[in-house]
Amino acid sequence: MANVTKDKLNRVYEAYRNGRISRRQFIKYLSLAGASIGLMGSPFAGAVREAWAAKSIRFDGWGDPVSAAFRENAFKPFTKATGIEVIDGEFGDMDSYLTRVKASYPPGGEFNIAHLSAVFDYARYVDLGFSTVLDESKIPNLKNVMKAMIKPLKDITKGTLSAVPYDLGQTGIAYNTKYISKERAEKLGVALLWDQALKDKIGSWGADHRTNMWYAALHTGQSPNNMTNLDSIWEALRQQRKLIKKYWSSGAELMSLLANEEIYATVAWSGRVALLQQEGHPIGYLSPEGTYSWMEYLFVLKGTDLEVAQQLLNFMLEPAAAIAVAEGQNYPPSLDPTKVELTDKIKKMPAFDPTGKLEGYLFADPAYWNANQVEWTEKWDRIKAGS
Amino acid sequence: MKSDSWKPWALLAPSMSAVFLLLVIPVCFVIVYSFWLRAPSGADIPAFQFGNYAKFFEDFFYPKILIRTIRIAFETVFLCVVMGYIPAYFFYRSTTRYKQVFLLLIMLPFWVSFIIRTMSWINIMGDTGLINHFLLKIGLIETPISMLYNEFTVLMGLIMYLLPFMVLNIYVSLEGIDKSLLEAARCMGCTEWQAFREVTLPLSLPGVSAGCLLVFVLTAGTYLPPMILGGPGNDMIANLIFKRVIGTLDWPFGSAISVILLSLLFAIVWTYNRYLGINQIFKSFQGD
Repeated sequence: MANVTKDKLNRVYEAYRNGRISRRQFIKYLSLAGASIGLMGSPFAGAVREAWAAKSIRFDGWGDPVSAAFRENAFKPFTKATGIEVIDGEFGDMDSYLTRVKASYPPGGEFNIAHLSAVFDYARYVDLGFSTVLDESKIPNLKNVMKAMIKPLKDITKGTLSAVPYDLGQTGIAYNTKYISKERAEKLGVALLWDQALKDKIGSWGADHRTNMWYAALHTGQSPNNMTNLDSIWEALRQQRKLIKKYWSSGAELMSLLANEEIYATVAWSGRVALLQQEGHPIGYLSPEGTYSWMEYLFVLKGTDLEVAQQLLNFMLEPAAAIAVAEGQNYPPSLDPTKVELTDKIKKMPAFDPTGKLEGYLFADPAYWNANQVEWTEKWDRIKAGS
Repeated sequence: MKSDSWKPWALLAPSMSAVFLLLVIPVCFVIVYSFWLRAPSGADIPAFQFGNYAKFFEDFFYPKILIRTIRIAFETVFLCVVMGYIPAYFFYRSTTRYKQVFLLLIMLPFWVSFIIRTMSWINIMGDTGLINHFLLKIGLIETPISMLYNEFTVLMGLIMYLLPFMVLNIYVSLEGIDKSLLEAARCMGCTEWQAFREVTLPLSLPGVSAGCLLVFVLTAGTYLPPMILGGPGNDMIANLIFKRVIGTLDWPFGSAISVILLSLLFAIVWTYNRYLGINQIFKSFQGD
């Protein structure tokens, strides 16, 4: 069929080159072109788009090296097995991605699956009406996922799921072992981020008020999920600002600042620290009591072809694929270690829990943090700017 | 004759349509958004209220960033004029056959991504960058000098980005000066310096003005150099808009800040037009 069409097109092209296309033929081909455009538009647009969409699905994630881990270990094998192409998109942070989703037309309609962090974002997407209801019977590999990671999601969407948990990680403290000894880092703990001796050598994640407030809460002896003295939090952040050299804005910038020794200590994503360590940089990782833990999941957005999405999610939760992705991105998978045998590399990763129950892990309370997001973001922006 | 009156409109139609669709309509959307409200979830609530504007002026935090932006824009303009006039004048007076190559070199930075150009300064001025590496190697310093992430590096990034715009504007203006005027000035007893001061400089001012306006407007609206090369406290107004729109999904407040910036720039351009005349800019591109 394809060859016949190609031959016909070649004949038309030949005729055009030889000046043998009459006005009548020209009108005919023009009409055919118009009809094709018409088919792509209303009223057949939906049908044509759906037919096209079934052959591909869009996935947005955190960029390399995380994206590369997904691409090599999950998407390419999935495409090979099913013929369905996974279009691999990237974002720098959760907020900018949500802005793009919100600005798409219809809202959320251009996007299918996103690799989102933390349950508070799950709640935000649900509140904005971007959620779906997954058919769990079509994702049998969900049975291997830690129950402790599924429950918080089901609590928000009243017993249903719009995402599957995929991995977990921590925002701990990274420090340069050339300038800060392990003993000193462990002795100071969170106070390392307020160490006067490190003036102009400390960094932090500028775009996220939660991370900064979380560690200010630990520094001032408060529970991050129930801060009773906000004034002391703001004051601690003001004091820390005087020591900050750079508020970084992406994982790549975080790694560059640490690798180039622009900063010696910073809050940092555990997976990125592991990558720096694998590259041979003298970077240590500290996870003091109350370290900010988070779970990541694959969120299916409204308007997505659920059959295809569920097929991909189930494929990605296959132990072989999930383990390969976990090793590639340096974050432990959501697979329950009591049900699935994981590799030694994964067992050594920060945030890995051999019990699969995640007891003692401290996650952000979505209701608490989302309720105060606007006010605290603005306050954080002001402090960061020197107010 | 009258039947031909549609022709200019027909010719203008594509560009006017583009301006209308890509500029006027989006600006109208931004203005409308600036009156809306934002729900805690990030959803927008249609409304007509001035709360977003009131919030901007309720304390000195936001106006301070606006003032900083304007100050940095003026500093950038001044430095670009000083640094841009000299090469432009050199190209104008140069009789070398490599003149076109020099001009091409001015354009060369545009062939490289602006982000890459900005980030390259980190490898040059960073603690483990080229300058510190060299100074440490020759023993002039014992510990690296901290040069990055301050207002100086922001200004440097802005100049790197905007200097070609200034040089080209001044050069085009200088090229339009009739060289016989200089010869006449010399014949009448002017020294080289006097000829420059009395003839070349005044006649090149339209180009300088055009460059100033362009650099000023572009500086006021840029956010990458402060984001990449700035430290805490070096944010400009565009960074604030970026954070409001992208970071907190507060499109209504981000729109209100954009409208305030737009109004301020409009006021500056209007004042400029009132006292210097926008038509001066066009003169700079004319032969004589």
